[in-house]
Amino acid sequence: MSDDYEPQSTVAKWIDKRLPIITLFSGHLMQFPTPKNLNYWWTFGGILTFCLITQIITGLVLAMHYIADANLAFASVEHIMRDVNYGWLLRYIHANGASMFFIAVYLHMARSLFYGSYKEPRELIWIIGVFIFLLMIATAFMGYVLPWGQMSFWGATVITNLFSAIPFFGEAITNWLWGDYSVSGALLTRFFTLHYLMPFLIFGLVILHIWALHVPGNNNPEGIDVVKGQDTVPFHPHYVVKDVLALVVFMIVFAGFVFFSPNILGHSDNYIQANPLQTPEHIVPEWYFLPFYAILRAIPDKLGGVIAMVSAIAILAFIPWLDSSKVRSCKYRPLYRQFYWLLIADFILLGYLGSQSATGIYLILGRLATLYYFLHFILVMPLIGFIEKPKPLPKSISEPVLSKEEQLAKSGQTA
Amino acid sequence: MDTKKDIDTAETKVTRRDFLYLTTGSFTVVGAGALVWPFIAQMNPDASVKALASTEVDLSPIMPGQSITILWRGKPVFVRRRTEEEIAEAQAVEQTDLPDPETDETRVQKPEWLVMVGVCTHLGCIPLGNKGEYNGWFCPCHGSHYDTSGRIRKGPAPKNLEIPSYVFLDDNTIKIG
Ligand code: HEM
Ligand code: FES
Repeated sequence: MSDDYEPQSTVAKWIDKRLPIITLFSGHLMQFPTPKNLNYWWTFGGILTFCLITQIITGLVLAMHYIADANLAFASVEHIMRDVNYGWLLRYIHANGASMFFIAVYLHMARSLFYGSYKEPRELIWIIGVFIFLLMIATAFMGYVLPWGQMSFWGATVITNLFSAIPFFGEAITNWLWGDYSVSGALLTRFFTLHYLMPFLIFGLVILHIWALHVPGNNNPEGIDVVKGQDTVPFHPHYVVKDVLALVVFMIVFAGFVFFSPNILGHSDNYIQANPLQTPEHIVPEWYFLPFYAILRAIPDKLGGVIAMVSAIAILAFIPWLDSSKVRSCKYRPLYRQFYWLLIADFILLGYLGSQSATGIYLILGRLATLYYFLHFILVMPLIGFIEKPKPLPKSISEPVLSKEEQLAKSGQTA
Repeated sequence: MDTKKDIDTAETKVTRRDFLYLTTGSFTVVGAGALVWPFIAQMNPDASVKALASTEVDLSPIMPGQSITILWRGKPVFVRRRTEEEIAEAQAVEQTDLPDPETDETRVQKPEWLVMVGVCTHLGCIPLGNKGEYNGWFCPCHGSHYDTSGRIRKGPAPKNLEIPSYVFLDDNTIKIG
C-alpha cells in the first residue's frame, strides 16, 4: 500500500517529501489491494465518478450561456440549442447524463444490497452513499427546473408544495422557499445557485465515501473477508482496465441516447414555456423519480403521502441495522435472495405505476407495492436472518480456486 | 493543584469561572443567531414582491355562469359569477358531507360572486372549471374534486380552495389583497 511506494524521480521525491500527494494517489489508485474476484457489478463506482465529472464539466459550460431569469431562462436554453456552437450537444449530454447517472446509481445500490456491502464494517460507506443519493435527487430536480418549461414549472410547484404539508409552519416555509407567494423567478435563481453548488458537495461526499471504503477495503461477490496478498491484486492495472472496459460500454449506451434519441427520456411539455396560469394535463416527474412519486400518491392523505415518500429514502440509511443476517452475500442466502428479487421487481413496478394516473387498478397496485416496499425493510430483513439457513461459506476467496489446482496436481501425480 | 479541593468547590458553589463560561456561551449563541438570521431572512418574499400584493378587478363584463382568472401575487384567482342553480346547490350541501366543513355563506360576500385562489390545496396545481363530480372544479394533477363553492369533496386535497381577502369598492369592482 501507500507505505510500499517510493517516488523515483528527483522532482517527485522533492514534492512528495513536502506534500505526500504522490504517495497518497499511488497508494489509493494504483497499488490499492483489491479482492481478485470482483465482477462487473463493481465497475459502477468508477462509472459514477465519470458521470459526476461529466455533469460538472458540461454544466459549467452550459452555465456560461444560460440565464437564470424567469423571462429569459427558456429563451436562453433555446439559444443554447440553436445558436451556441455545439450547444445542442452539450445540453443533450447534460440532460441525458443525469439519466445515465441515475441508471448507474440504481445499479450500484442494487449491487450493494445483493452482496451485503452495507454490513459491518462498511455501514458508513453505505450511509454516505444514501446522502449522495439524496443530494443527487435534489440536484437533478433543481436542474430540471432551470429550462423553465411547463414541466419545470409545475414539477417545481408540486414538489415545493410538499413542504406545505408540514403542520403549522407549512405556509411560512413554502413562502420562504419560493421568496414569493408562488413559484416564480425568485425560486429559479436560488435553484440555479444550489444546482451549481450541490455537485461539488457531492464531490466532497464521494471523497469521504472512498476514504471510508479504503479503510476495510472492497467487499466481494463471496461476501467474506479477504486475506491481503493471497486474495488481492493491485488496483492498477487489473481493475483500472476492467473499469475502463465497462465505462466504454456505458459510454456507447450514453452516446446512443445523446445522438439517436436525445429527448426520449424527457417530456415534450418541457418545450413549452412555463405558464403559471395553466397546469399540463398530466404531470410526471423524470423517470428516475417515478418509484418515489408512486409512493407519494399511494397514500390518500397529503401529509401521510409526504411522510411515506421521505421515509422511503430515509429507511435506506437504517438497512445496516435492519438486516439481522451475519452472511453478507446473497449468493449464500437462498431464502433472502428470493425477497431481494421481489424488492427489485416491486421497485420497477412502482416506477411504472408512477408514470400512470393514480386511479382504479393502478392505485390499488400502487398501494400494495408501497406496502411491500416498506415491509421488505421493516419485516423481511430483520426476520429472515433468524429463519434462513445460509449455505456454507468458503474459507477464503482463493479456496475454490486452490482446491481445484490441488486436485489437478493430485490427479496429475496418480496418472 | 489540589484537584480534590477543586471538585469540592465546583460541587458546592458557583465559581467566577462558571459565570464567565455561561455569559460567554450565551453571548456567542445570541451573536451567532443574529448573524445567521439575515442569511435566512433574505430568502423570504422581498419588498418588491410584497408591494404588488393587491389588485383591482372590474366585474362588469362577467355574465352569470362565466368566470375569469386573474393573476394575484403570482397565483391565479378565480372570479365566478354563479348561476342560481349553482348557488342553490352550494347552499344545500350538508356540513357532514364535507371534509373541511364551511357553509357557503361564510365563503362569499355576495352569493352571486365567488372569489377564490385557484390553487389546489393538495400540491398547488390549477383546477379546471366546470369539471368534476360536483359541478365545480377538478384538479387534473392527482384528482381532487371541488364543488360550486370551491369546497373539497373528494380526492387528496385536504382543504377548501382559499378565499383571499377582498373588498367590494362598488357594485362592479373588487380589490383583492
Ligand atoms: C450531480 C450533477 C448534476 C446533475 C444530476 C444535473 C442535472 C441537470 C438536469 C436534469 C438538468 C435539466 C436538463 C434539461 O432538461 O434541460 C440540468 C440543467 C442545467 N444544469 Fe445541471 N446537473 C448537474 C451538475 C451541474 C453543474 C455542476 C452545473 C454548473 C456548474 C450545472 C448547470 C446546469 C445548467 C446551466 C442547466 C440549464 C441548462 C439546461 O437546461 O440544459 N449542472 N442539470
Ligand atoms: S395538486 Fe391538485 S390534486 Fe394534487
